[in-house]
Amino acid sequence: MNAGKPGAAIAVENIVKRYGDFEAVKGISFEVAEGEIFGLLGPNGAGKSTLIRMMTTLIPVTAGKAIIAGHDVSREPDAVRRTIGVIPQALTSDIDLTVEENLSIYAKLYEVPKAQRIRSMNELLEAVDLLKWRHAQTKTLSGGMRRRLEIARGLIHNPRIFFLDEPTTGLDPVSRVAVWEMLNHLKNTRHLTMLLTTHYMDEADRLCDRIAIVDHGKLVALDTPMALKASVPGNNVVEAQFTRESAEWPARLKQLAGVTAVESQSAAMYRLLTSNGGLTTTQLVEMVTSHGEAIKSLSVQNTTLDDVFVHYTGRALRDEQVKAQGFIMPPRPGMQP
Amino acid sequence: MTRMMAIVEREMRKFFRSPALMMVSLTLPLVQLIILGNAFGGKIRGARMGVVDYDRGSQALKIEEAFNSIAVNIRTFTTVAYDDEQKAREDVRTGKIDAAVIIPAQYSRRVLAGDAPAIGLVVDNSDQTMSSSLEAEMQSLVDALNAPAIQQKVVQQIALEIVELYPYVEYMKYLLAGSIALAMFVAVMIGGGMLYIDDKARGVHEGYLVTPITKLELVLGLNLAGTIKAVMSGISITVIGSLLAGLGVIFRPESALLLLLLIISTSIAFNGMMFLMMVRIEDPLVPRAMFGVLNTLLFFPSGAISPVSGLPKWLRAIANVDPFTYAVHGFKSILLKDGGFTAIRWDLLFLVGFGIATLMLATPLFKRTL
Repeated sequence: MNAGKPGAAIAVENIVKRYGDFEAVKGISFEVAEGEIFGLLGPNGAGKSTLIRMMTTLIPVTAGKAIIAGHDVSREPDAVRRTIGVIPQALTSDIDLTVEENLSIYAKLYEVPKAQRIRSMNELLEAVDLLKWRHAQTKTLSGGMRRRLEIARGLIHNPRIFFLDEPTTGLDPVSRVAVWEMLNHLKNTRHLTMLLTTHYMDEADRLCDRIAIVDHGKLVALDTPMALKASVPGNNVVEAQFTRESAEWPARLKQLAGVTAVESQSAAMYRLLTSNGGLTTTQLVEMVTSHGEAIKSLSVQNTTLDDVFVHYTGRALRDEQVKAQGFIMPPRPGMQP
Repeated sequence: MTRMMAIVEREMRKFFRSPALMMVSLTLPLVQLIILGNAFGGKIRGARMGVVDYDRGSQALKIEEAFNSIAVNIRTFTTVAYDDEQKAREDVRTGKIDAAVIIPAQYSRRVLAGDAPAIGLVVDNSDQTMSSSLEAEMQSLVDALNAPAIQQKVVQQIALEIVELYPYVEYMKYLLAGSIALAMFVAVMIGGGMLYIDDKARGVHEGYLVTPITKLELVLGLNLAGTIKAVMSGISITVIGSLLAGLGVIFRPESALLLLLLIISTSIAFNGMMFLMMVRIEDPLVPRAMFGVLNTLLFFPSGAISPVSGLPKWLRAIANVDPFTYAVHGFKSILLKDGGFTAIRWDLLFLVGFGIATLMLATPLFKRTL
């Protein structure tokens, strides 16, 4: 049965996951269109991986519904598995096998015919730039290369929808950029629908057509990166650090032109949301001089997804609450705490 | 079928890339075979027997002559002369000598008078092997002394004539059956149980679970791979162990075939048992912790190192359901007795039945989700 809009590759309706009394996912709904790259953005423990595991049939759904390529994950898990490719969060390729063997075994698990298997392996190894490493044992590859291998492995059966759970976690910046470029290339050449989870703002900003911000198992915002940034009050962010802390800084800063919000970052460091970055900065410098104080550092930037994230999740506040209550996140199913 | 064979292919490729696994699974049983096989079951040689002779008569001299004969020929013990019984007893207690014979005063006179003479033997019974051996040696010596100088023409005593069906079986040969079963158990434990849980913990299984492979294909694939690994381990130790123990039975085609049947059946039984035990375990430390307990619980009551009939009832109950018991019995029947198919048919039936039953129990317990 299809749910949601016609043409939706993924339709999730009020989906819930409970572990005993703990509710990891609390009734999330969204849809992903064909050919879209959709990001689930959230801090660790927000419920992103639980959500992706329900959609990929790895854990049962407690309540609600997830329709993947027209198939219900609870009723037709096999049909769902045939249409999706999945890159789990951990590196799960067999380190004792070669690159080619890893791909070949997975192609057989999907019963890909031999001729197509060989063709797909060659194409994918070329696409992920591992052609010359095809006979190398996986244990000799770097983290980034292993991730690229796993991306190729997830596509070996030519799936329509590709799920990636934190695809660049643990990779160095160069490898991360390489993976992003590869994913963009694959999306364009293979017309894939992609759903990825991440806690990297730049990754979500650069890759995703739309982003859903998840926190505490709930969907707190969903839109395009541009629209999300526009939804945050203020067009610019000014970060200023003073040489001396004073209790009067917040009140003085709020009086500057264009300022809509003032957040204390750490000792003598403040973050201002403003509708006019240039004017605010000029007034800030004048105000500091007139009070006989000095600025240690000053930066002006456009609103980023970091600002969006802080705006919607209040993560700093939450971290304090977590520490105060001694909260321990329950282990992921199948993982050791 | 393709998907099941993909699991088998993956497991076997990993297995051949890690020859250390094969070596480890063979090392313990081989070391056990060589060390235990040589340490136990040999005859006592060079024990020290104290002799306290209060008699010094003609009959006491006959005993000393017999002792000298033993020391020179079968060399079970050599004698050390003592003047004082107390001193000899003390030396047995402190381990300076292994036993002491006390020939009392008037011994020769009482022998000649037919007055129920007695020789004392002081043994250190904290060492059962040594004391039993010396007791047996002394008993045969006393029997020889009691034998009449002229044998009666009509034998009036009941005699036991022992017919040994097989040539003398050294302990190493006796132990080989248990070593083969143990090697296969270690291969299943490491190559099946531990690797399976390690893969699970590393998330490797998560990769399989998002593919269309069915629960049965996955279970059968993992078990078939485990069976192949255990069979390879079993064949290796059967060949190496037979050569070490000097058993030529492996070179007879019919016996070799029966041994192969036993190895396959044992492998099926061990894999089913291991899969049932590991199917719901998540913590990689658990199989490592279980290894020693399982090894003791299953190997020792199986008749591998001493007969099952010598076990107390409760231990015999364990032996009756322990696949090791049937494997060891089967291997002994072929390796030591060349018993043929008839001798092992019930062992084969039990092992295959046990393997299938445990696998059938484990399959519904296997979770297709995380």
